[in-house]
Amino acid sequence: MKQIFVHIFLLLVLPPLLLGVIGKTKAVFGGRNGPPFLQPYYDLIRLFQKGSVFSTTTTWVFRAGPVVGLATSLLAGMLIPFGGHSAPLSFAGDMILFAYLFALGRFFTASAALDTGSSFEGMGAAREVTFSCLAEPAMFFGFLVLAKLSASLSLTTMLDGTFPLGAGVAAPSLVLVAASLFVVLLVENSRIPFDDPNTHLELTMIHEVMVLDHSGPALGMIQYGAAMKLFVMGAVLLRVVAPFEAANVWADWALFIGGMLGLAVVIGVVESMMARFRMVFVPTFLVAACLLSVFGVILLLR
Amino acid sequence: MVILGIACHALSGVPGLFIRRDPDAGQRLAAGLCVIGSALGIAGSMSALWFPPTLSQVVRLDGIAVIFLIPIFLVSGLGSIYGLEYWTQAAHPGNGRKLRLFYGLVTAGLAGLAIAANSILFLVAWEAMTISAYFLVTTEDENPEARDAGLLYLVVTHVSTLCLFAIFAVWRVTSGSFALGPLPEGAVTPAMATGLFLLGVVAFGLKAGLMPFHIWLPSAHAMAPSHVSALMSGVLIKIGIYGLIRLVSWLPDPPVWWGGLLLALGTLSGVLGVVFALGQHDLKRLLAYHSIENIGIIVMGLGLALVGRSLDISAWIVLGLGGALLHVWNHGLFKALLFLSAGSVIHATHTRVIDQLGGLARTMPRTALYFAVGAVAICGLPPLNGFVSELLIYLGLFRTLGIGQGPSWAGAACVAPMLALIGALALACFVKAFGSVFLGVARSESASHAHEAGARMTGPMMVLAACCLFIGLLPRVVTPVLEQGIAAWAPGGAVALPALRTLAPLGWVSLGGFALVGLLALLGLGLALRIRRSRTVAAGTWDCGYAAPAATMQYTSSSFAQMLGVFFVWVLRPQVHTPGEQTLFPSRMHFRSHVMDVVLDEVLRPAYRIATKIASWCHFFQAGNIHAYLFYIVLFLIALLLWR
Repeated sequence: MKQIFVHIFLLLVLPPLLLGVIGKTKAVFGGRNGPPFLQPYYDLIRLFQKGSVFSTTTTWVFRAGPVVGLATSLLAGMLIPFGGHSAPLSFAGDMILFAYLFALGRFFTASAALDTGSSFEGMGAAREVTFSCLAEPAMFFGFLVLAKLSASLSLTTMLDGTFPLGAGVAAPSLVLVAASLFVVLLVENSRIPFDDPNTHLELTMIHEVMVLDHSGPALGMIQYGAAMKLFVMGAVLLRVVAPFEAANVWADWALFIGGMLGLAVVIGVVESMMARFRMVFVPTFLVAACLLSVFGVILLLR
Repeated sequence: MVILGIACHALSGVPGLFIRRDPDAGQRLAAGLCVIGSALGIAGSMSALWFPPTLSQVVRLDGIAVIFLIPIFLVSGLGSIYGLEYWTQAAHPGNGRKLRLFYGLVTAGLAGLAIAANSILFLVAWEAMTISAYFLVTTEDENPEARDAGLLYLVVTHVSTLCLFAIFAVWRVTSGSFALGPLPEGAVTPAMATGLFLLGVVAFGLKAGLMPFHIWLPSAHAMAPSHVSALMSGVLIKIGIYGLIRLVSWLPDPPVWWGGLLLALGTLSGVLGVVFALGQHDLKRLLAYHSIENIGIIVMGLGLALVGRSLDISAWIVLGLGGALLHVWNHGLFKALLFLSAGSVIHATHTRVIDQLGGLARTMPRTALYFAVGAVAICGLPPLNGFVSELLIYLGLFRTLGIGQGPSWAGAACVAPMLALIGALALACFVKAFGSVFLGVARSESASHAHEAGARMTGPMMVLAACCLFIGLLPRVVTPVLEQGIAAWAPGGAVALPALRTLAPLGWVSLGGFALVGLLALLGLGLALRIRRSRTVAAGTWDCGYAAPAATMQYTSSSFAQMLGVFFVWVLRPQVHTPGEQTLFPSRMHFRSHVMDVVLDEVLRPAYRIATKIASWCHFFQAGNIHAYLFYIVLFLIALLLWR
């Protein structure tokens, strides 16, 4: 029970810190001081205190977008084991609920974007749903590998670091899956080199252009939900790459937090070293990610 | 009780034919009889679950029949109420009577099919259903498009009937009777069984609209009145699935490749169905292509169950067939809901073209809400019913990796990511449809003057939406029905099978669903309070400083689907008419693009043209000259004499 509270606490509190760490890493690479680690928290608090501007063309769908986005990220976070601790909600087939929760969030954020009637936001929505069509199969091929390796259908046992088939069989497939999941994570969370959250040109954005018209508390919810999505998907990737466990329960939590911050640094490094791809290359990379996990499956089934 | 219900439906349109003076009474009487018939039918089939009726030579009411009967009666009853406002006698004096007569008859035919235990009754009901559906498609027979759609439907469906005649003829010879039921082992040779199976796939695939046998489906669904489309898409095409489910359960010892073939056809149908849906500009054609997609998902589940049956692995049977049967229900519910709300849009705006609509969520809030519910459900998203059936099929597919039980048949497991692809594409398509029709600003004059539908139209939609939510939140309630259906299908009966509820985490699904609904309510309330307390300003949409934004500048459904269209250009083969070179001062330009049906327009029509060309050479021999014909007969007789 205590562990569940820690899980929920971390899920609620930690996500913005990841963004802070990414920002700081990029600043260090750029030779700047950069904003403080806690800047994303200040931003969120400020947004929640602001008033809102609503476009006259919008309906309830526009307001539902941020709510659904945040709720689905929260619930998806309850399905993922954090470090060595099992997830609060864990059952056979929870990985399917995990993937479909994000899909539900996408349905409403994209619809909310279309609700404004602006072609910029239409573009963003179209890009978001299009790229996800390629990211979803990649994710499911990854799930196939994990399910086969761990002989289970639940994320908690899939990601617990034990492989009945032996680590030698598991390692090559896991490397491929980890690479594929990393690409999916970058795409789905609109990071460089696929999307740039800080860009200034509406024509080239994916996720940011969808939320152009949101303001105040609603925008805060969107940004909080997005941070949480990054955190949750990062937690999956972390368990695939480094399924280590410490002897002590609390040391385990510390290890997990350290791992997540490490992942944020890695993302920051990738963002500092790479330029954004042109939009037409994004699908190519996603197909490559999908093929990587297909190879992972084939390696296991030969 | 079920038969009484069927009779009510069959006769529902008849009184209206004679009441000439007060047409309104006729239509109320018809709808009343339909509703009574539906209530009787549902009550009868439900009671058959607890008190199994005695078996008879002619009719059968087992688990599978009940599963198919319930949506038939439900959708048809609700549709008849909807029709009271959608297709009033006053607005359609010419064809209202015809519509109601055949609407009742098609329902009776469908229900008769589901309970038939005899090949003669089966064929009679099949023809009754087919012919009345033809008259429903051609309700507006003054419209040439409707006549074409009806003719195509009639031709295709009779090819299917032809295959059925072949199946039942062989059946009569091998089993020695017209009764339909499991064939004993060794009754048919493997080659004969394979022949029957393949004929069945063609016959029932044509009816169900399985790719590549789907050619009749889009135009017929688009041209029929919306509550008829709801009935056709929701339950009529499922009768093809019903036939396939029955046929494979009666044939002994299916080889593994049968299941493999069904899995492959299901995947093809699922992916291409949704890809073609993305290319459509017509709201009802879009929904029709989604029927092809969902039939694909159902066939995937059936294929998995069939593989499980060949390899004797009960978990695959239970999950695959359970998912398929539940999806039959679910698709009946949400597709009927979507067609009814599309009908409400058409009723209000008189157009089906997606790119001429927009902004309807303001003028038709309830229709928009119900369409959104249907869209979320059809994408298989939690917490609605589509998620539950897709989850069952996913679980079955993942199990083919060899998890839990020993053996594996991993080819099937690779279908799971394809199902994910289908889900993601369906989401893209429904965001497009929902967004372009209901959100943003109206793109045409007629869309800006839309009005909300009345209670007789929104009421049935509300019932269907409530059913979607109910099955999504409490799937445990429907599992006993599904288990009876699975027991009727599997050779060993209920004893040999594990219960569905032990294999699938349905309790957790409910918990997840309620948690999601709770979280949504909580966060929604929080946001609403926060917004209310703070300062809110109403302004125009951010337009990057452009001075004169117009409704036509919005992202259209075609632009929305453009990137995905480019991925699938090899199968969509869109025809694009671009404006030519422009001078220094461009004049008014037009751009058109539209997607053909590859099977119909690029394979069958050219094949037909070649066939007619070859056939025209025979004109020489048949020129209407009787002497020549007599001469042919003499030649033929002489040839016969010589040959003997």
